Amino acid sequence: MKNIKPFWRGILFLVVFGAVGYGLGLGLDFLMVKSLRFSGPVPSVFALLFAFTAFFLGVFGFRGITRGLVWQVLGTLVGGLLVAGIRAIMGLPAFGDFFFTEPSWVFGALTGAISFLFGVGVLDDWMKWTRGIDTPDEHEEHYHGWEKYFAVSLDHKVIGVQYTVTALLLISIGGLFALIFRSELAESQLQFLTTNLNLFSQNGPQLYNSLMSLHGMIMIVSILLGTAGFINYVVPLLLGAQDMAFPRLNAFSYWVSVPAAVLLLMSLFLGGFDTGWTGYPPLSARAPVGMQMFFLGVFVAGWSSILGSLNVLVTVVRMRAKGMTAWRLPILVWAAVATGLIALTATQLIGLSFQLVMFQRLFGMGFFDPAKGGNPVLFQHLFWFYSHPAVYVFVLPGLGVISELLPVFVRKPLFGYKWIAMSSLGIALVGFVVWAHHMFTSGMNEYLRIPFMYSTLLVAIPTGVKFFSWVATMWKGKISTPTPMLFVLGGIVVFLMGGLSGPPNAIVSTDLQLHDTYFIVGHFHDTIFGGFVFPFFAAIYYWFPKATGRRMNETLGKIHFWLMTPAFFVMTFGMMYVGLLGMRRRIVDYDPALHLDATHFVVTIAAFLIALSVLIFFFNFFNSIKNGEKAEGNVWNSRSPEWQVPSPMPVHNYEKPLEVVGEPYGYGSGDDGYIKFVEPAVNAHK
Amino acid sequence: MYHFVIVGVLVILMTILTYMGIDAVGLARHMNPVSASAQAVFVDQMWHWEIWVISFLFSLIVVPLVYSLIFFRQKKGEMKDGEHVEGNTQLEIAWTIMPLIIVVIFAYFGAYTLGEERRVDPNAMVINVKAQQFTWTFEYPQYGFFSSELHLPVDQQVVLKMESADVIHSFWVPEFRLKQDVVPGRTTEYRITPDLEGSYKVRCAELCGTSHAYMENPLVVTSQADYDAWVQEQIAIAAASKTPEGQGKVLATSNGCVGCHSADGTKLTGPTWFDLFGSEVPLADGTTTTADEAYLAESIKDPNVKVVEGFPANVMPAFSLTDEEISNIIAYIKTLK
Repeated sequence: MKNIKPFWRGILFLVVFGAVGYGLGLGLDFLMVKSLRFSGPVPSVFALLFAFTAFFLGVFGFRGITRGLVWQVLGTLVGGLLVAGIRAIMGLPAFGDFFFTEPSWVFGALTGAISFLFGVGVLDDWMKWTRGIDTPDEHEEHYHGWEKYFAVSLDHKVIGVQYTVTALLLISIGGLFALIFRSELAESQLQFLTTNLNLFSQNGPQLYNSLMSLHGMIMIVSILLGTAGFINYVVPLLLGAQDMAFPRLNAFSYWVSVPAAVLLLMSLFLGGFDTGWTGYPPLSARAPVGMQMFFLGVFVAGWSSILGSLNVLVTVVRMRAKGMTAWRLPILVWAAVATGLIALTATQLIGLSFQLVMFQRLFGMGFFDPAKGGNPVLFQHLFWFYSHPAVYVFVLPGLGVISELLPVFVRKPLFGYKWIAMSSLGIALVGFVVWAHHMFTSGMNEYLRIPFMYSTLLVAIPTGVKFFSWVATMWKGKISTPTPMLFVLGGIVVFLMGGLSGPPNAIVSTDLQLHDTYFIVGHFHDTIFGGFVFPFFAAIYYWFPKATGRRMNETLGKIHFWLMTPAFFVMTFGMMYVGLLGMRRRIVDYDPALHLDATHFVVTIAAFLIALSVLIFFFNFFNSIKNGEKAEGNVWNSRSPEWQVPSPMPVHNYEKPLEVVGEPYGYGSGDDGYIKFVEPAVNAHK
Repeated sequence: MYHFVIVGVLVILMTILTYMGIDAVGLARHMNPVSASAQAVFVDQMWHWEIWVISFLFSLIVVPLVYSLIFFRQKKGEMKDGEHVEGNTQLEIAWTIMPLIIVVIFAYFGAYTLGEERRVDPNAMVINVKAQQFTWTFEYPQYGFFSSELHLPVDQQVVLKMESADVIHSFWVPEFRLKQDVVPGRTTEYRITPDLEGSYKVRCAELCGTSHAYMENPLVVTSQADYDAWVQEQIAIAAASKTPEGQGKVLATSNGCVGCHSADGTKLTGPTWFDLFGSEVPLADGTTTTADEAYLAESIKDPNVKVVEGFPANVMPAFSLTDEEISNIIAYIKTLK
């Protein structure tokens, strides 16, 4: 076994233990329903949990993430069996169609997620503190090389990479789901997701709904983790800090997202759910058990967002280098602050709204059940009070990356720095009073639609300030276009498309036609690709040398860009076009009489091209870690502090404290730069 | 200075080109498909203005961006920085105030067009709409009959009083340019004045479950004379349906059964009723059963006891029907051969 590379050992374990889990699930299922359901939910869930855990066992051995996952599986079983036992004593059915009953699954999933946190070891220090044992602030290095990414680390740079890689993994899964249902949409009528299909207790259209709904939420979680990734990695470096303010909380914020991702994936196998990512009741009050796994997954992931943003805010307030006043903060830090303010105060609302539906299902509380005096529209208000500001959580960090990188590649100061900084806060603030524009057709008070239309259109003003300022930054610059800059420019144009396709939805009269059509789908993909995906890739290409000491391949990066960008334009234009021709969103099949087949086919091809370009990116990413060109010195000739020290970044960041002596983007001013390192004071000991 | 002049001219050209491009695919002056209501005129007018503004703002950003990329590139080997310009407060104020003015004007027009769409005709005709998974049922209260097709006379305002039996649905006719959710526990209103005769479809726009994609019912806009003839026909059918099978057909329509169970052998969300009575039905557990009265009654009351092969369980909602009503529906099923 010693000679097998860890990765291939992981794959071997995945196959073997996946089969074992499948067999175990099949046997348990047989005991319950007295028939062999080969594509049923129970064998699938057991196979998923076993295979996923075994992969990490093979790669890494029984420690770190593997121990967490094993504990999660055991915790789920113990919690589920506990509730099954209590139900048996109460005279209720102990087991159900999916092996456990719904209450068992919910409680088991919750205990499983908590067990993961104990198992992975992220609570160790806090547990020691409760027993009065002191722990060192600087962890000794238990792991070296790639191994440190598979276990709890308190280093913000390791956590940043963990976040980023998890986000990339989830993007792949969410993208894969999209390719499956996008293929079904390539033609009208049902091709392979037919009503005769039976997979995980779902027929074709039900599976379509599950995949489409999960595509939405998995992408959202991956965006939250992706932004957390570069914010975690970069913000302390930009501030000149050694680490985040609360390193243990930082590790906790990351690790709590792993069981959340497992829960989200479990929902697909436990009957799925057919509500879209919005989970509107009463439909979500009737959906299969998978709905509860989805609610719990989002609930748990929410902790990651809330605690992570708290950490960022405290870090920015308390840990800036000497001389780094408000107007000398790197602009990305301003974006991170605006994002943190939203995530810290709004995330609770989505958790709450989902929790209320969970309780409605589990305990019969009629929050949204009209038969019990509940109100389904109330859910939408609670849900969108987070979920609209959430889109600014997705895009503000990306827009921050654009503002941060643009001056470097234009060799000119960021035009209107203060205005851009304030526009982020402006967007965050206005974002809190626009949520009901998702509900213009919902049956809420119809006169309230007018103030929400005004407030929504107001978002255009701070967003416009950003666009105008970016263009003015480029005006008369000395522009060069390596890969990160290409993605910055792509991000600007794509986000502009997203911004301009927004007002027709904000204006009530046209929204009454556009709402719930594919036009919205196109608009949304434009904003998210422009505000997150393009800047995220820009950030990876830009800071990759800082993290690894090697550069990514420039040619492959350009192929990635020039393949993805045109394909993306074709995809979203196609989406908007079919939407304007009467294509509803979230449908598995469309009326052939609408003549949408040709456009849908092109959109599907474009989606596959985007996937291909991302595969090229992945190859470049993993290949460059080992074989990339060595990064020497200040790779991008930036004024930013992290580029004034060697790459990869030293473990404890800056050896000498730094002091801000100039403007962050003072390109062309001929000054002595943004920062200087302070020589330690002469030792005063006698 | 000449850079600004060139860019200004290019922005105007680009605006016109963008508008013409959108117009070339037929989406600038109006949305698609064809507009078929008095309200749609205002929506299309608003859309047309929006396309002009979008074309202009798109050009205003993209033209100087691309221009800079071409003319302000760093030459090979050049290591110089650009001009040290940190900003211009007057410019920033200008591009804050100008969009603010545009936005307020636009919101005003948005509110104005919405007001026109919602304008009430006191003589509007009332039709009751019931939405359920996965069909629409239309009740004409002044005549007392139900229909699974919505027939409307042209140039007459109707107000639809809509209720849902289960989950949230949304009433949408793309040609009418209006959409309104149908929410359990309340009555929502949809006011429309069709102005173009033709056949359209009512499509559910809010995800409502497995067969959401197929929740489409026919909509026919006809002349007043044709509409009156159709109404008389429906009244006659309703009057003739005093027999058990006639009552059964009315119940099957008013309860929405026909939305999922076809009468002509077509496979919809549920098994067809055509030639069903007396046939051998294959079940999901591998056995078969004879479709007799007992089986049909059981399947209406508790559809998940015997699930037909090829159809998922837990799709059909529960109905509150009396035993007599159920036997009437079975009598109707018997006639479908």
